[in-house]
Amino acid sequence: MSWLENRFEDNLIITSLDWAINWARRSSIWPLTFGIACCAIEMMATGASRFDIDRFGAGAYRPTPRQADLMIVAGTVTYKMASRIVRLYNQMPEPKWVMAMGACTIGGGPYFKHGYHVVKGVDLVVPVDVYVPGCPPRPEALLEGLMRLQDKIRRQTFARQPVEAATSA
Amino acid sequence: MAEKTLEFQPDLNVDFDREAMGDVQTEEMIINMGPQHPATHGVLRIILRTDGELILEATPYIGYLHRCAERIGENLQPYQWVPITDRLDYLAGMNNNHAFAIAVERLCGIEVPERAVYIRVIAAELNRIASHLVSFGCYGMDMGAFTPFLYAFREREYIMDLFEAMCGARLTYSYIFPGGVRFDLPEGFEERCREFLDYFEPKIDEYNDLLSFNHIFVNRTADVVTISAEQAIAYGLSGPVLRASGPKWDLRKVRPYDFYDRFDFEVPVGVEGGHDGIPHKIVVGDSWNRYFMRLLEMKQSVRIVRQALDQMPTDGPVKAKGANNVKLPSGSAYFEGENPRGQLGFYIEGDGSKIPYRLKARGPSFCNLSICSAACRNILIADMPAFIGSIDIVMGEVDR
Amino acid sequence: MAPEAILKILQETFPDEVTEVMPEGVHPHAVVRPDRWHDIALFLRDDERLGFDWLRCISGVDHIEDKLLTAVYDLHATGKPDTPGAMWHVRNEIAIKVHVDRDNAHIPSVADVWPTADWHEREAYDLLGIIFDGHPDPRRILCCDDWVGHPLRKDYEFPLEYHGIPAVTEYGQTRPQH
Repeated sequence: MSWLENRFEDNLIITSLDWAINWARRSSIWPLTFGIACCAIEMMATGASRFDIDRFGAGAYRPTPRQADLMIVAGTVTYKMASRIVRLYNQMPEPKWVMAMGACTIGGGPYFKHGYHVVKGVDLVVPVDVYVPGCPPRPEALLEGLMRLQDKIRRQTFARQPVEAATSA
Repeated sequence: MAEKTLEFQPDLNVDFDREAMGDVQTEEMIINMGPQHPATHGVLRIILRTDGELILEATPYIGYLHRCAERIGENLQPYQWVPITDRLDYLAGMNNNHAFAIAVERLCGIEVPERAVYIRVIAAELNRIASHLVSFGCYGMDMGAFTPFLYAFREREYIMDLFEAMCGARLTYSYIFPGGVRFDLPEGFEERCREFLDYFEPKIDEYNDLLSFNHIFVNRTADVVTISAEQAIAYGLSGPVLRASGPKWDLRKVRPYDFYDRFDFEVPVGVEGGHDGIPHKIVVGDSWNRYFMRLLEMKQSVRIVRQALDQMPTDGPVKAKGANNVKLPSGSAYFEGENPRGQLGFYIEGDGSKIPYRLKARGPSFCNLSICSAACRNILIADMPAFIGSIDIVMGEVDR
Repeated sequence: MAPEAILKILQETFPDEVTEVMPEGVHPHAVVRPDRWHDIALFLRDDERLGFDWLRCISGVDHIEDKLLTAVYDLHATGKPDTPGAMWHVRNEIAIKVHVDRDNAHIPSVADVWPTADWHEREAYDLLGIIFDGHPDPRRILCCDDWVGHPLRKDYEFPLEYHGIPAVTEYGQTRPQH
């Protein structure tokens, strides 16, 4: 889609096309199977039959980052794991989103003090789109985070944007 | 004990005809089963040195979830460290809390009221069922069967509802503290618990029919990475992994703690194939046995919870007085509890103040995983997930 | 066997190496010197009366005031039942503490006596800096391979950043509070 972006001014055709593409993108967000710690179990419970993330279109977990749209970082990120997360993020093709699930990924969580090997928040490593608090967040909270992400995707547009500074990981 | 008995013999069942290869040149490949992998049960990295489909050597690399729990323990009082114990083996939070609480009570000499002990046993055994359900579901998923995963998590939701009624949390409970439990059971808990047990007990036979005796599952897991009893003890294995290799060793019977000697339950050990309806290919100590032990243990846990509900006193305190602000005496204590994954040990050293001087957690999965490099020689690449799923590791307690 | 009897056998066989015995309390243990620890370990495992075949845990402790590092070995001796299919039992249970100098912390490795000690010793080296002589694979196991320092030592200073990722703790605190 990058060849289409930033070429045209906002008009009726672009907004309709925007609406269609965003609807397609937000209704089929395919997450990466990337569970690190306890939050991964709640992510698995969200994928199971009671909370069923598949009704949002997000049930097709991909094992490889090359086919995934969303990286749900579920669990504490350590310094040893940080370089692998960056590598996984770089391997994902655009458009990609990152959800920081759980208190550990937001700001270190219970390991904030005295945790010498814990990265205090995964946004020090990759850019994050949605933060889902909790330790671990309930499956309903994770679904709320997914719906917030869907709202964010709904607002995206590929009309010509004013130039903004690039954010780097 | 001669060193020879500890060596693993090459898997003679692998149908690998080297002579027929003739002059074909092969190369060894180094393959990385990285920290992000659907079948490694967490952030475990294994580097495989393979010759075609045969793994010559597998080296695990851990530490991707090292969360400095022991360092934190040197700065917090024991009752403040209980939430960290939840996150060691996050699938069995109640059992972790339980083992840590008893370790602190041994060191400080705290007496726990009777009703609290029974509540602890009920919580620990329900969590054992929940943890074994995850292991059952994920092992099926690793072997390619997706349906047991959904069934397992459905049953687990009933247990999570019971735990949420008990303490408010679904996964990290922090319910069992040194000196007792945090809250008393809510009203109507006993009826709901009995209802769940009556519903769940016939399901175990259903899951046996669904997965355990399935032809494909048996072929993938029977006689895969067989570990003998001497090797298991020498490498420090514990829990269902050890019992599958033969030794009838369960800390709840060998060193009973918290009234486990008042309950009547059995300890399943590894079975040999060829009789009692067990498929022929099974040998004692293989992956299928390690998996089957967990299903049999779930049945025994249901028995224990029923007996505990019957024997529990109807009222009484659930917390020992002043247990939170206790000063740890100088000296050390080491206690191991029987977790779903093995024996979780806590070594506590006090120095007279309220904060421990040294707090070490011995994770059962840490010791269970250490056998990987010695045991996984000359097996097929497809046997690797079968082995890792059968020893049922949780990286939270491997890396702490 | 009672802890007193176990410690008596140990003291009789190695009178110079066993410096202290403590049979009472919740954690009966003996303190031995590190020089012949490997021979003591072989004796503990192979002697018929003792038969300690299960090393449960190796815990490293940093006693900074006494300038010592301690490795605590918790051992079990499993007892096979007489009738097949019966419960196994604990024959013996003891702990051994080995003190070494903080600046020159060398203990002989027992990874060939109890294979489970392999990973436990790597962890003790990683977190406390106790060097185990003769270990087949002396590398860090939990922290990153290029980590500097031994985190569980009492005078460990938390790093301020690692490969460009900042390490923030509460109010910029990095020094431990001991």
